[in-house]
Amino acid sequence: MSKVVIDAQGLGKRYFIGSQQRKAKYKTFGETLQNTLMSPFRKMGQLLKGHASGAAGMNQEIWSLKDITFQVKQGEVVGILGRNGAGKSTLLKVLSRITEPTTGSARIIGRVGSLLEVGTGFHPELTGRENVYLNGSILGMKRSEIKDKFDEIVNFSELEKFIDTPIKYYSSGMYIRLAFAVAAHLEPEILIVDEVLAVGDVSFQNKCLGKMQGVANEGRTVLFVSHNMGAIESLCQRGIFLEEGQITFQGSIQDTISKYISRNLAITGGFADLSERIEERKGPQEHSFIQSVRLMDETHTSTDMLRMGAPAIFRLEIDFKKPDEFLEIGVGISNLQRVWLHYFISKWEGFQIITEKGRQIIEIEIPAIQLYPGEYLVDVWVKHTRKRSYDDIVHEVLQFSVMEAQIAQGEANFKYYSQNTEVYSPSHWSLKGK
Amino acid sequence: MNPLDQTVDKMTSSSNGKHLADTPVPEILITPTRGWASLKLNEIWEYRELLYFFVWRDIKVRYKQTVLGASWAVIQPFFTMIVFSLFFGKLAGIPSDGIPYPIFSYAALVPWTFFASGLAQSSNSLVSNANLIKKIYFPRLTIPIAKVLSGAVDFFLAFIVLLIMLVVTGITPTINVIWLPFLILLAFITSLGTGLWLTAMNVQFRDIRYTIPFLTQFWMFISPIAYPSSMLDEPWRTVYSLNPMAGVVEGFRWALLGTNTAPGKMIFISATVSVLLLISGAFYFRRLEKTFADVV
Repeated sequence: MSKVVIDAQGLGKRYFIGSQQRKAKYKTFGETLQNTLMSPFRKMGQLLKGHASGAAGMNQEIWSLKDITFQVKQGEVVGILGRNGAGKSTLLKVLSRITEPTTGSARIIGRVGSLLEVGTGFHPELTGRENVYLNGSILGMKRSEIKDKFDEIVNFSELEKFIDTPIKYYSSGMYIRLAFAVAAHLEPEILIVDEVLAVGDVSFQNKCLGKMQGVANEGRTVLFVSHNMGAIESLCQRGIFLEEGQITFQGSIQDTISKYISRNLAITGGFADLSERIEERKGPQEHSFIQSVRLMDETHTSTDMLRMGAPAIFRLEIDFKKPDEFLEIGVGISNLQRVWLHYFISKWEGFQIITEKGRQIIEIEIPAIQLYPGEYLVDVWVKHTRKRSYDDIVHEVLQFSVMEAQIAQGEANFKYYSQNTEVYSPSHWSLKGK
Repeated sequence: MNPLDQTVDKMTSSSNGKHLADTPVPEILITPTRGWASLKLNEIWEYRELLYFFVWRDIKVRYKQTVLGASWAVIQPFFTMIVFSLFFGKLAGIPSDGIPYPIFSYAALVPWTFFASGLAQSSNSLVSNANLIKKIYFPRLTIPIAKVLSGAVDFFLAFIVLLIMLVVTGITPTINVIWLPFLILLAFITSLGTGLWLTAMNVQFRDIRYTIPFLTQFWMFISPIAYPSSMLDEPWRTVYSLNPMAGVVEGFRWALLGTNTAPGKMIFISATVSVLLLISGAFYFRRLEKTFADVV
């Protein structure tokens, strides 16, 4: 049981990203013209020599992993924690050989199966049956193996009736069920799983977690990334905490989770300056750039602690680069397991963004926080409703806690029930006779 | 034994047993590669089932949601033949080595279409499979190989029509038809070799996608599709055969139609060029492979 099956030594991964600075070197018009005319040939030359990133003019480097050294023994289930952009997914990609490390090495003993996405390679035109074979084969299963497990897979997916229907006619829930069913029957010695349990309905998620638990109990080695702390805590024995591409903590899963949560708290404190947080954001930021987020109580004091039922104010500072009437601002509140509890959306409340360029301060007032005592996370985003995509989105910008308060008419024991529920809503009780 | 026990028994035996046991535990070393990488052909062999599934997928979805389905495989070369016969054969009066012009051009269009569609499909293959490349490991070479291989079905459909045409016109193929598999392989190698170069470049620069239609058209005119290579005199005929498809096409006519332009030397030169194309393409592909997942 104590054989080391994953041995990573000083893994590092450098990415090149595009940079505009290089153009500034050409000052005169003649130089600019010459550069413009020559650059296709220079790029082509570099490409032919095999210098792909040089050819694309990508010369600014970012180390998304630095000096990652760790060992995993056979049968261990290891959770990898870290904020968005900390390098979790890159690490899994390197270990699953999707991308090469820039430095260091890793020795892996055993058949590796990686699940960085469910339904990889599903083709909409093919039937459920055909996709099971295709997907299984892509995930590394032998044809005979898929054949043996086919009935089991179909049973698990609960899609017996639709197995010969092209999956383009499936609902998204059916699609995910089929994808999971195949993935759940993957039986490598080492399993690498990235955040794939975050989709699907809750009962099916639990079914998958159960299956994962089974895998863990069978003595397989698992590397697991998830934002679902509950899942991580129940599945993993050991944790690795990544910050900015480096391992800052390794230890028991409980210690790693408390480290992760305390680090998150230290970062926030009711105010988050997002101007430096470039890597964790998603979206093109064509129209807007969220500068900062502040959480305040009713006296406009920054805070990361709110009382139940008390008002809360979010203050957003946003740079509008190209404002138009299709922009919509959103604030989301989730629990630490990343289950969404509240969305506050500007459009819903009839709030139209002033179509003016420049920095704007926007306040969102919530009359009463209807949450049980506990810890919660905040995400902010600007969405372009016409393009149907997020223009700028930053996850987990703030963490705040809600404290118990006597807001109910009677004597309520909120704390006791807060393990089971999250959203509190007042209710009026009356006796109407027989 | 009650039914529940049986299921449990079945489940445990299938999950713990043979699939893991029958393969030796592999050891993988992940390190950065520098410069030119080895081709790892043994790995492609290990992943042959996946290659099979890729080919199978490409064949299955190729004519999905079309009315005419697989007849497209015949319609394309057949109608090109009609147009060629009218304009090049009748109007321009281009010679056809003593063979009726329609058969003369169709015999060339069959291998040509296999080559050209293989080239177009494989050149775009990495970009169109970007989601796979970013999410899972497998030897990337399997993708363009599968794309060219999947064109074989179209080729055989078009080839059957060619055989029917031979029967109708009463032309008997010569004994040289035994060389046909070799000529088909040559078309495959040329298509794949060129496709490997282009698809690897296409990952970084999508310009390549726009050059493909232009390239195939240009290549068609420098190949003896609409005209016989006997129109050229030496030494130009030799220079001409540096184009691998010249050898393939003339070889097809020689083997099937018995044209007396025994293209031995031509095919030898063409074969050499096409093998060089494949080897260089494969190494170039492998060299750029490590960047695919990051930039595609």
